[in-house]
Amino acid sequence: MTLPDLECTGLTKRFGTATAVDAVSFDVPPGSFFSILGPSGCGKTTIMRVIAGFLDPDAGDILIRGRSILNTPPNKRPVNMVFQHLALFPMMTIAENIGYGLRRQGMAKAEIARKVDAALDRIGLPGIGARKIDELSGGQKQRVAIARCMVLEPDVLLLDEPLGALDLKLRERMKVELKEMQAAFDTTFVYITHDQSEALVMSDRIAVMNQGRFEQMGTGRELYYRPETAFVAGFVGDTNRWHGRIERVEGDALQLVTDSGLTLRGARHGRALSPGGRAEIFVRPEAIRLTRSAGELAHFDNRMSGRVTALLFNGAASRVLVQAGREEIEVNLPQSGEFADLARGAEVHIGWAGDQGNCFAGTP
Amino acid sequence: MKAEARIGLILLLTPLLLWLSLLIVIPHIDMFLVSLRERVGVGEYRISPANYLTFLTEPLYLRTFARTAIMAMLATLITLLIAFPVSYYIAKMARGRTRSALFLLCLVPFWVSELVRTFGWMILLRETGLISTLLQWAGLADQPVEMLYNDAAIMVGLVYTSMLFMVVPLVTTLESLPDEVIEAGYDLGGTNVSVMREIVIPHATPGIVSGCIVVFMLSLGNYLTPTMLGGKDSLWFTELIYSQFIVRFNWELGAAFGFLLLLLSSLIVWGMLRLTGHTLERTMG
Repeated sequence: MTLPDLECTGLTKRFGTATAVDAVSFDVPPGSFFSILGPSGCGKTTIMRVIAGFLDPDAGDILIRGRSILNTPPNKRPVNMVFQHLALFPMMTIAENIGYGLRRQGMAKAEIARKVDAALDRIGLPGIGARKIDELSGGQKQRVAIARCMVLEPDVLLLDEPLGALDLKLRERMKVELKEMQAAFDTTFVYITHDQSEALVMSDRIAVMNQGRFEQMGTGRELYYRPETAFVAGFVGDTNRWHGRIERVEGDALQLVTDSGLTLRGARHGRALSPGGRAEIFVRPEAIRLTRSAGELAHFDNRMSGRVTALLFNGAASRVLVQAGREEIEVNLPQSGEFADLARGAEVHIGWAGDQGNCFAGTP
Repeated sequence: MKAEARIGLILLLTPLLLWLSLLIVIPHIDMFLVSLRERVGVGEYRISPANYLTFLTEPLYLRTFARTAIMAMLATLITLLIAFPVSYYIAKMARGRTRSALFLLCLVPFWVSELVRTFGWMILLRETGLISTLLQWAGLADQPVEMLYNDAAIMVGLVYTSMLFMVVPLVTTLESLPDEVIEAGYDLGGTNVSVMREIVIPHATPGIVSGCIVVFMLSLGNYLTPTMLGGKDSLWFTELIYSQFIVRFNWELGAAFGFLLLLLSSLIVWGMLRLTGHTLERTMG
């Protein structure tokens, strides 16, 4: 078995009485793209700074290729970081920026110049070495910041929400570009973000973090379709969410009544839930079928009819809000033309399979 | 509308223009004219460069002139060396209340008049002063030690007086350097020395240059500190000007000295800017 590039065991960091990172363990295999996804303030930046060496952990160990780096100062660690605001050196030219780390290693000038040129070619910006940083666009700065780290051939590259400052269109393109760059450099990337789409698109594996702990670790697909905790179910992807009381449990399937009186069928996917207990049920908008006639829904366990209260047009991700009983349900609106003339107030039928309703034990 | 805007501009500029013309330009033109007068008889004058020639042929004047310039430059350098770590600590390492408290501490001495502050140094340094008494009490000296009236005392006074004017521009420029950039310097393999040399100091250069210009001008034109801490023989150029005007009543030579001092400070500031590759607009803007 190959050693993981990065391995953290029982990593803990406290600030005063607050625990920012609480006994987090994970490992990242060589050449993979690992993301830590969490809301702001969940401790993900702290993990990053501990790995980079700007903070000392209170407990736990960090191993790079099997060797502990706890006692290595940040400037000696085989780990480099792309900062949130990129932190390019404004007083230097682009070539000087990229060559900075190599100069620190005492490399010969000619060799540095050769490597810098090669790096500029690789990020698709050949011949701009003599320019100043402020002459670059946002996406170009991004690439220079990554090249500045990659010329040092680090074992692990840390990226701290580097796409946060870019506009939407550019962010979409940079997602793809980052993934390509990771493949081209064949380096392990550890990426932290609060943006689930960034994590889902780019990562081989994702850890969802909340209040200093990892809630779940897995591929994007696993997190999306098989969330293990209510937090993951609510945080990754959009979803309808109801609180209720469980009425009946039959094997994996169960029936519950929401607080607003809606009777729904769901699945517990192996979780310990029993009749009479409080539960939360999550149903994704795209799991819900929308029709004009009730007959087409006969094979679904959950069927109801309601009135359209709002149309949320957003291209392929368009939604409708359907008022069913006292609940408003968000449903995907297929853009196949079938519902092109759907208007507010229209009578519609919706239905979904019971195993699409993910149930978790809820707070009473 | 346009006319109104123009009147507003004129009104806003008036105090500045009055100040500049009445207090700077007109007196200097007059000074220049006075410096070019040579007294040939009672109430009889003619235009000649005699005053400037006197300056060039009298070694005492020349030496005092050079000494003042060198001491002022040295004072600027020492101020920079002391103020830089202080500013770095305030701007980059201290946080929140500590930072404001430290900044305030730098400002506190300036609530007291310069005269009183300089007397403070005299109380410490004179023969019967605090330090002398303390040294005798500790057995390190067997008789009173005079620490006033020498170049070191002048230097201490000059550095102390100008510290704030170096700290303020330095803190301002250092604060504008994001912590991320310094961290990136370390992350990419930089040591303390190389991060300082390649990242922090290049970023702080405008602050260093503007601080140095202000401190240098203040030191060069300082009259009180050299006189009080250096005594009668401190040989500071401003003292020569004072004595020509007030003691010798030789306004012509005094005016020439004044003009030479102006020339000297302009020349050195220009040289400093050239050396660091900065322009005045970039440094002050």
